[in-house]
Amino acid sequence: MLACTSRTWVLARASRTLVLACASLVACDGPPDRTPMLGDASAANGRRLVADKGCVACHTFPDVKWPRGGLGPSLQDFGRQGLIAGRLPNQPGVLMQFVRNAPALVPGTAMPAMLMTDQEARDVTAYLLSLKPR
Amino acid sequence: MSQPTSSRSSLAEALSGWPPPVLDPHGPFSNTVTTLAWVLIALVTLIFVLVCAALWVALYGSDELRAKLGGESVVKWFGLIVPAGVLFLLLAWGTTMVAGMTAIKGDELRMRVSGNIYWWRVSYLDAGGKEIHADANELHIPVGRPVVVDMVSEDVIHSFWVPKLGGKMDMIPGRTNRLKLQADKAGVYGGQCAEFCGGAHSLMGFVVVAHEPADWQRWLDTRLTPTPAAAPIGAEVLRGSQLFTEVGCAACHRVAGTTAQGLSGPDLTHVGSRRSLGAGILPNTRGTLIGWIGDSQSIKPSNRMPAYRSLQAAELNALAAYMESLK
Repeated sequence: MLACTSRTWVLARASRTLVLACASLVACDGPPDRTPMLGDASAANGRRLVADKGCVACHTFPDVKWPRGGLGPSLQDFGRQGLIAGRLPNQPGVLMQFVRNAPALVPGTAMPAMLMTDQEARDVTAYLLSLKPR
Repeated sequence: MSQPTSSRSSLAEALSGWPPPVLDPHGPFSNTVTTLAWVLIALVTLIFVLVCAALWVALYGSDELRAKLGGESVVKWFGLIVPAGVLFLLLAWGTTMVAGMTAIKGDELRMRVSGNIYWWRVSYLDAGGKEIHADANELHIPVGRPVVVDMVSEDVIHSFWVPKLGGKMDMIPGRTNRLKLQADKAGVYGGQCAEFCGGAHSLMGFVVVAHEPADWQRWLDTRLTPTPAAAPIGAEVLRGSQLFTEVGCAACHRVAGTTAQGLSGPDLTHVGSRRSLGAGILPNTRGTLIGWIGDSQSIKPSNRMPAYRSLQAAELNALAAYMESLK
């Protein structure tokens, strides 16, 4: 009798843990995905642009082997970051402005304004927001 | 820090793509190399097919054929006489062909390039071999005229190679080698050090710019007769020029017409007009200049310029602005 009760209790407890685990899987899917707001932006093209425009001279990106610039902050997990440059909200609209004209948003930064078309800024933004730890 | 092994830059463009630059000649001297390569590839293919056929006969052929293949005369001819003859003919042909790549006729443009860890000192010479103009990491040449480049090294062995314009030539300390280049079409051609010279060897590139002859003459005249800047110098550029001396850049770098006369680093008199930064590895922009000045070690590990992490953002910007103004 005692053994039976104890087994039921164990089973009940196990199933409750399972339910909790499933619930947590649903609830904890990280910060909301912000990339859909960028429309037709191509993260792959953004990845190419950060190399071609020379962003890599100061920043480290997870999927760029070289150069791994060390003067600016590493952008390894940038998509998870809450703030841009430690003070602006990391949202697509703000980031698009920032990658093109950082000194206007953060006076005194060493990051210069970069020549980019609207589409290029969108692509770079999509790429940066896609940088999340695996 | 892991050593870089490859790059995506003007340097990578010089070495990758389709057709491979080494099989895509843009001048008579590189054409020679490509012809030689194709002849060798064809010959190798032929010999490979013959060997495979002989192997097939040896394994599956009739007894009669196998007996013939194992005969003494086959060994004598195909094991000795034919290979020796082919190799001798190849040597004779190859040597005559390649001799034209270094023979000096006298009507060529003369230049000298010195290999340094990990950059190139470039000198334009007059007919007597005297330096008339100094630059770094970028060669400007006229289309259709052969250029004789004297190859020297100031430290270890390097090798000068522009796959689309000419052969490959080692730069050996204490020795002067010569190589001829020629471009048949105006354009920008990538070059790369082709002899392992240290940790960042793969990041030692350069750019050759071929101009139409008239444009090239105009370019040279501008370089030889420096005109005072037409536009007034901005406050940021001025601050940059002061910092250049204060921080110590002038100890290694030269900017003609100023007190900066250092010779152990690349000449920066015209750095603002260069197409690449860090010897062919980055686009030359305000951002890459800042990154290079502040921490060139993360971009090209073990290069001889230290990182200047102590510079403030405004100072980095001023120095970069000054570099940009040096056209």
